[in-house]
Amino acid sequence: MNNFSDIQKKAASEWQLLQQNPDPIISLGMGSCGLASGANETWNTVKQLIVEKNLKIQLSKVGCIGPCYLEPLLDLKLPGQPRIIFNNVDSQKAERIISEYLINNEAKLKPLGHLDKNKKPSSGIKSFWELPMLKDQERIVLRNCGLIDPENITQYIANGGFNGLQQAFKKGAEGVIKEVEISGLRGRGGAGFPTSKKWQFCRDAKGSSKYLICNADEGDPGAFMNRSLIEGDPFALLEGMLIAAFAIGANQGYIYIRAEYPLAIERLEIAIRQMLDHKLLGENILNSGFNFEIKLKEGAGAFVCGEETALIASIEGKRGMPRSRPPFPVTSGLNGKPTTINNVETLATIPNILREGGKWFSGFGTEKSKGTKTFALVGKVRRTGLIEVPLGISLRKIIFDIGGGTYKPFKAVQTGGPSGGCLSKEHLDLPVDYESLTKAGTIMGSGGLIVMDDNACMVDVARYFLKFTSKESCGKCTPCRIGTARMTEILNKIVRGDGELSDLDVLQRLAKTIKNGSLCGLGQTAPNPVITTLKYFPEEYIAHIEDKRCPAAVCRDLVVYSVIKEKCTGCQRCVDVCPTGAITGPRSEPHNLDLELCIKCRACYEICRFDAIAGDAIVIE
Amino acid sequence: MEGSVSSILKKFDLSDKGNLIPLLQEFQKKEGYISHTTVSKISRHLGVSKSHVYGVATFYSQFKFTPPGRNSIRICLGTACHVQGGDFLLNTLQIELGIEPGETTEDRRFDLERVACLGCCALAPVIMVNNNIHSRVSVIKIKEILSKYE
Repeated sequence: MNNFSDIQKKAASEWQLLQQNPDPIISLGMGSCGLASGANETWNTVKQLIVEKNLKIQLSKVGCIGPCYLEPLLDLKLPGQPRIIFNNVDSQKAERIISEYLINNEAKLKPLGHLDKNKKPSSGIKSFWELPMLKDQERIVLRNCGLIDPENITQYIANGGFNGLQQAFKKGAEGVIKEVEISGLRGRGGAGFPTSKKWQFCRDAKGSSKYLICNADEGDPGAFMNRSLIEGDPFALLEGMLIAAFAIGANQGYIYIRAEYPLAIERLEIAIRQMLDHKLLGENILNSGFNFEIKLKEGAGAFVCGEETALIASIEGKRGMPRSRPPFPVTSGLNGKPTTINNVETLATIPNILREGGKWFSGFGTEKSKGTKTFALVGKVRRTGLIEVPLGISLRKIIFDIGGGTYKPFKAVQTGGPSGGCLSKEHLDLPVDYESLTKAGTIMGSGGLIVMDDNACMVDVARYFLKFTSKESCGKCTPCRIGTARMTEILNKIVRGDGELSDLDVLQRLAKTIKNGSLCGLGQTAPNPVITTLKYFPEEYIAHIEDKRCPAAVCRDLVVYSVIKEKCTGCQRCVDVCPTGAITGPRSEPHNLDLELCIKCRACYEICRFDAIAGDAIVIE
Repeated sequence: MEGSVSSILKKFDLSDKGNLIPLLQEFQKKEGYISHTTVSKISRHLGVSKSHVYGVATFYSQFKFTPPGRNSIRICLGTACHVQGGDFLLNTLQIELGIEPGETTEDRRFDLERVACLGCCALAPVIMVNNNIHSRVSVIKIKEILSKYE
């Protein structure tokens, strides 16, 4: 163990040096969302400036710090001062920051905040952690995201990395499971099964070789917590896997990750290589006598592979179809051997529990749902991004305090992806924990929270999810294969304006049959979006069926677009965006819209600044 | 080409049937799609039937069976993108390119594919051209984005 303490000492002194930096350091958020917002261009500009102006600046990459809507985020650390962070840094802004802060010494451009862990303002700059989006968050699993270089193991070690693993070796396998039991951690993949129990079952299962699989097949559309976490702090996941494997007695681990996440895969490959170099993977890890190796398996795009037995089939090179349980994977999984499958977030939480103690972790959250949970807060909310909050927090706090509310009146929030449901205004004070969400008819799921305002049509949303699940159904169970297709057909009929009231009864009946007659979670939960929207937004179904109108003006067959002559100023913005040339008219005079040419693409509706074009619901005879 | 094919095959242990999906992925990376010939080769290499290889390959949406265009457009139709108008984008792309999802334009400049989620939900709606993600795309921006790719 001496060896590792040397590494730790070296890492700590390197980190210390970085803190007292003689040269300024610029770190750029280079997660997928940063890159999508143009972080690459910013990076190139900064690099070019460094060469051109001969600047002494250290440039480094970090993961996503959370508020995706402010990307690209750039943080600057001047010698001996705390890191300060700037938002929406495009090439131009980067140039300005460098010229003001590093060349001319006249800092006029205000940063968003400073990143010092001590949350007090410093030299007139507010703390980033006290911003409305961050102040109610509790960052445990995300603690390193956006702060350390995800491609540098030294920085992870300097920030308490692998302390959890050392603790685990000290406690022994049973001790680890006990600690996780005290923490009250439940599976973060959605179902919420107690992690310690799963591990105990697998540990007790007979068999010499066992497997640990990390489920990183984040298939829920609208969720990206695992991607961000892996991109921002891959070592936390890998350390968690080491601890889990040690507890259950597995020597072989797999990470089943979506091929759609190339950056996350790349970061994991780098991290695994660095751990091998430091002898934190392979044989006799930290002289404990424990051996472990990890292989990456790229998923090939099948939602159902998020289900445990389907995932195993996929790793075995078969079609990803679930099988009936028992036997459960903990006794007979991959290649017939005992296998534990844990979600990314569950595993990445483990090092923190071992480092700080299970009791500490159980101090967050509620009686039955302990700890914190990450959520992807997206949709029609002002502040979108990745957040981590203690369980039991209310939806209202998440959507309105952290997310800053919606622009148009709030209508619904969708949790749990295609397996979840839509909750309405009445549920805003519902505490977010496993039991409360299930009671309301939805599920915690992996953590996607999609906020919808008055512009969303709930029938369309339900149809969207059913279309998704019917496409993703593996086809093994007839109720799921045929039932979801039938439900989609009926919903298609309703959004076309051809629905009848009796269709709603058929939907209810089908929902029940699919739930009862399906083997796996996909089928058992697929009808949830329809059941919840029927329950909480019945008036929208009635409007589509009886009045043949779509109140949100979304369903294409039920709306026409028209120019309101009194409001149109003739600014021509809509003329420019119309892809089919349906809108015409000279400048400063009300425009004409040719319904024959109109394809209802909504471009004019979105660009109009005078509310002159409105998708008006009409009656179809 | 023949040389690179056998080098791909050599990388994978033929006793392990679990290598079927990684093999398919490797071939698709190299050739852009899964051809008839590829399926025959894999089937011989792993000692499984061609129908088994097809059965697995068609189960997963990642695998394509037609040659792709020079630029691949993937439009995200995840929930967040749907709520932010992803469907309207798809519609516009179809009109601009004159193809349906799964098809390639005649001049082979673009192919179009719909995907369930690219994980950039906070910046929805997004489309991915080759490996570049374009965020907060609007019907208005599409023409400009397409013009960047030849």
